[in-house]
Amino acid sequence: MFDNFGLFVSTIADGLLLTVEATIGGIVLATALSFLAGLAMLSRFTAVRVITRVYVEIWRGTSEVVQLFWIYFALPVLTGFQILPLWAGIFVLGLNFGAYGAEIVRGAVQSVPREQREGCVALNFSPAQRMRRVILPQAFVDMVPPFNNLFIQLLKGTALLTFITVPEMTYQASQVLVTRYTGQAALIWTTVLVFYLVLSVLITTGMKVLERRAAARVGRTPVRRTAALGGASGHSGVA
Amino acid sequence: MSWDWNYLWQVLPSVLEGLLVTFEATVLGALVAYVLGLIFAILRRSGIWVISRLVWLIVEFVRSTPLLVQLFFLFFVLPQFGVTLSPLTAGVLGLGLHYATYTSEVYRAGIEAVPKGQWEACVALSLPRTRTWLRVILPQAIPRVLPALGNYTISMFKETPLLLAIGVLDLAGAAFEVGSLNFRYVEPLTLAGVLFLVLSYPASLLVRFLERRFGLAK
Repeated sequence: MFDNFGLFVSTIADGLLLTVEATIGGIVLATALSFLAGLAMLSRFTAVRVITRVYVEIWRGTSEVVQLFWIYFALPVLTGFQILPLWAGIFVLGLNFGAYGAEIVRGAVQSVPREQREGCVALNFSPAQRMRRVILPQAFVDMVPPFNNLFIQLLKGTALLTFITVPEMTYQASQVLVTRYTGQAALIWTTVLVFYLVLSVLITTGMKVLERRAAARVGRTPVRRTAALGGASGHSGVA
Repeated sequence: MSWDWNYLWQVLPSVLEGLLVTFEATVLGALVAYVLGLIFAILRRSGIWVISRLVWLIVEFVRSTPLLVQLFFLFFVLPQFGVTLSPLTAGVLGLGLHYATYTSEVYRAGIEAVPKGQWEACVALSLPRTRTWLRVILPQAIPRVLPALGNYTISMFKETPLLLAIGVLDLAGAAFEVGSLNFRYVEPLTLAGVLFLVLSYPASLLVRFLERRFGLAK
């Protein structure tokens, strides 16, 4: 049964790079959008808040698969501009998870105690200084665990790129291997699952280091987390 | 190419048929997730080290890997062990199992929020274990976690399109199918997106309201 195991691992590993690229690309875009939209939702200007709300609710309210299909199959017809599959994937993952992340940023910033803000006013900090030097460093510590969940969700979301023929790990397994070695599907899929498991353990490990650093920076020790591999929440639990 | 309303009306019936499948998968999958999640949560508190460790391992593994791959596994691997599932059954089980790992955490939080004194009182009254769970702990824990369960139900609703990978034509699958028959995706896919939005947004507003009224105090 394990005769072809080496071949399976190397074929799936061929897709590993694309899975990692999509994950990192998605994480970068999602993080940027989370901060942008999260802070915009706290803006003084109603128009800014409304526009951001519309973005967040549309991307959270529809299905990832529909978003992916829409960007990949429908948008080119409307605009005459075809996006490369990998870029379409990163774009959708970033926009989708950015919408969830925006709620994390908003919530964390809002939960910084009022006295911190008042202290800044008393010390005559400008609003930008207040945000950058006082509010965000403290809010950041609370953001790391939910972002850890979000990034693992995003990693799992990269499997969807199979639908638009990006040859990442799931595609390699389902289109390249299983079609030829149908009898060994159990071994192939188990290998794929283990690859994903390792990647999510890596994300969690990295985020734990980040959390400890961020907490040390504001003079706190992080609360011990119960789940070892990830957090509790899925998509909606993040809000 | 511009928007074609006639085409939209023409594809509407098949897309709505997909919506029914989506509802079916969501409701059945949610039931599996509610029941299995509760079983996971109780087993993890069973006090038997091997069992709680094993359940923890299963939960973490399922939660850290993509639902899509799990669906492939259920649908293409189980038949080799003599278990052949219809696409919808495999999809419902996959969705249910995946989300049970989330709901088990929700139940766990709800159970932990029940004051310790309640457990101690049960011991003092020497209530049997089943009675402690069924008549004292769960009736206090479950109402508080209902909003969180609602949230996950909405998530499941939005994840049903994954079932298209194993041949279940849900809302997105039906839209894609009818689009590829006519070589025109814009209208059916937009329709599917709008339907997802108009159904899930009010539902999430309702859950947010319930959360504020009855949810676990944070």
